[in-house]
Amino acid sequence: MLELINLGIKSVFVENILLAYFLGMCSFLACSKKMETASGLGWAVIFVMVVTTPVNWAANQVLFKKGALAWAGLPDADLSFLSFMGFIAVIATMVQIVEMVIDRFSPRLYASLGIFLPLIAVNCAILGVALFISEREYSFPEAWVFGAGSGAGWALALVAMAAMRQKLGYSDIPGPLRGLGITMMLTGLMALGFMCFAGIRL
Amino acid sequence: MPLGISKKDRRSIRTALWASNPVTFHVLGICSALAVTTQMKTALVMGAALTFVLSLSNTAISVLRGFIPGKIRIIVQLVVISTLVAVADQVLKAFMYDVSKQLSVFVGLIITNCIVMGRAEAYAMRNPPFKSFIDGIGNGLGYSAVLVCVAVFRELLGQGTLLGWRVVPEALYESGYANCGLMVLAPGAFFLLGAIVWVQRFLSGYTEKP
Repeated sequence: MLELINLGIKSVFVENILLAYFLGMCSFLACSKKMETASGLGWAVIFVMVVTTPVNWAANQVLFKKGALAWAGLPDADLSFLSFMGFIAVIATMVQIVEMVIDRFSPRLYASLGIFLPLIAVNCAILGVALFISEREYSFPEAWVFGAGSGAGWALALVAMAAMRQKLGYSDIPGPLRGLGITMMLTGLMALGFMCFAGIRL
Repeated sequence: MPLGISKKDRRSIRTALWASNPVTFHVLGICSALAVTTQMKTALVMGAALTFVLSLSNTAISVLRGFIPGKIRIIVQLVVISTLVAVADQVLKAFMYDVSKQLSVFVGLIITNCIVMGRAEAYAMRNPPFKSFIDGIGNGLGYSAVLVCVAVFRELLGQGTLLGWRVVPEALYESGYANCGLMVLAPGAFFLLGAIVWVQRFLSGYTEKP
């Protein structure tokens, strides 16, 4: 249990998927201009992460891992070269299903998350988590905690950046540095801050 | 004219390299631009892999553009791209195993690299195959240029080497010079890319609208 909590803390703070592994930068840069957009996308990513990680884990165990096809009488088969295609298909499908389910059962949530869901299918943080899980050979509970923690860490960084950029509107920045340039520098400072968490263990 | 490349094609490559560079102008493909640039070697391999995937996926999608139904085009594009990425990954694993281990998940992440999807959607869906191929090469090179630029600084300042060769002389270390550890870590990459974007936009005279 303690190990799982440790892994959760590590994935949110110490090895934040955005600030330490640079995953999900594109939507991070594009959607951190406004607070509402940022928090909406943040929740959507956490949600999709929690739903897709178990499915991807299972797909890897049952289909793609070396020797995973033993149940079908093919113990020597190694389909790991197909795993890229499998993961991205699972993610795109899950996002589509999640979108339809939310639309059916909670139109209000759909109205607030709806526009972000298609964007998430090509968010590299989600594919990255699936690939990390298969590379590090996590067990099922570990995989789930890692997925949820990474989603939460990503959302945290996004919301923090949106808050900073809103304040930044009042400052006079040199023209060429505006937008991407200053956002990168701020992300760097944030990454420095998050590095202070390194070494925290329970 | 070598290889039948016209003046217009050359111009489109040049624009992708400088004025509308995919990384510094369109803000695409930042993720991997930062993750693989601690060393020149990984940056070069990553740039080559992306250029390969991008030029061929552009060509393939451009050939198929008449047959792809509008509603499921994203899925079709993803299938084409992930097939090419799987090919690139297998080639790297077969011939450059150590580099492929260093790049770890980032080869697979070319699939969700926004440059590939972005160019497929914005260019290859509307233009003939050869032009799309040239566009893919140009954007791939533009991306690689930024990657190499970041990697040169990170490797030189962080480890004192270039492509694994020692550049900073021993005498300098003896007189008290130390490698800048920050450059190898994540924040160094953010600062450097921010600075490179600043310089590039200052020289090309582009300012983002608020």
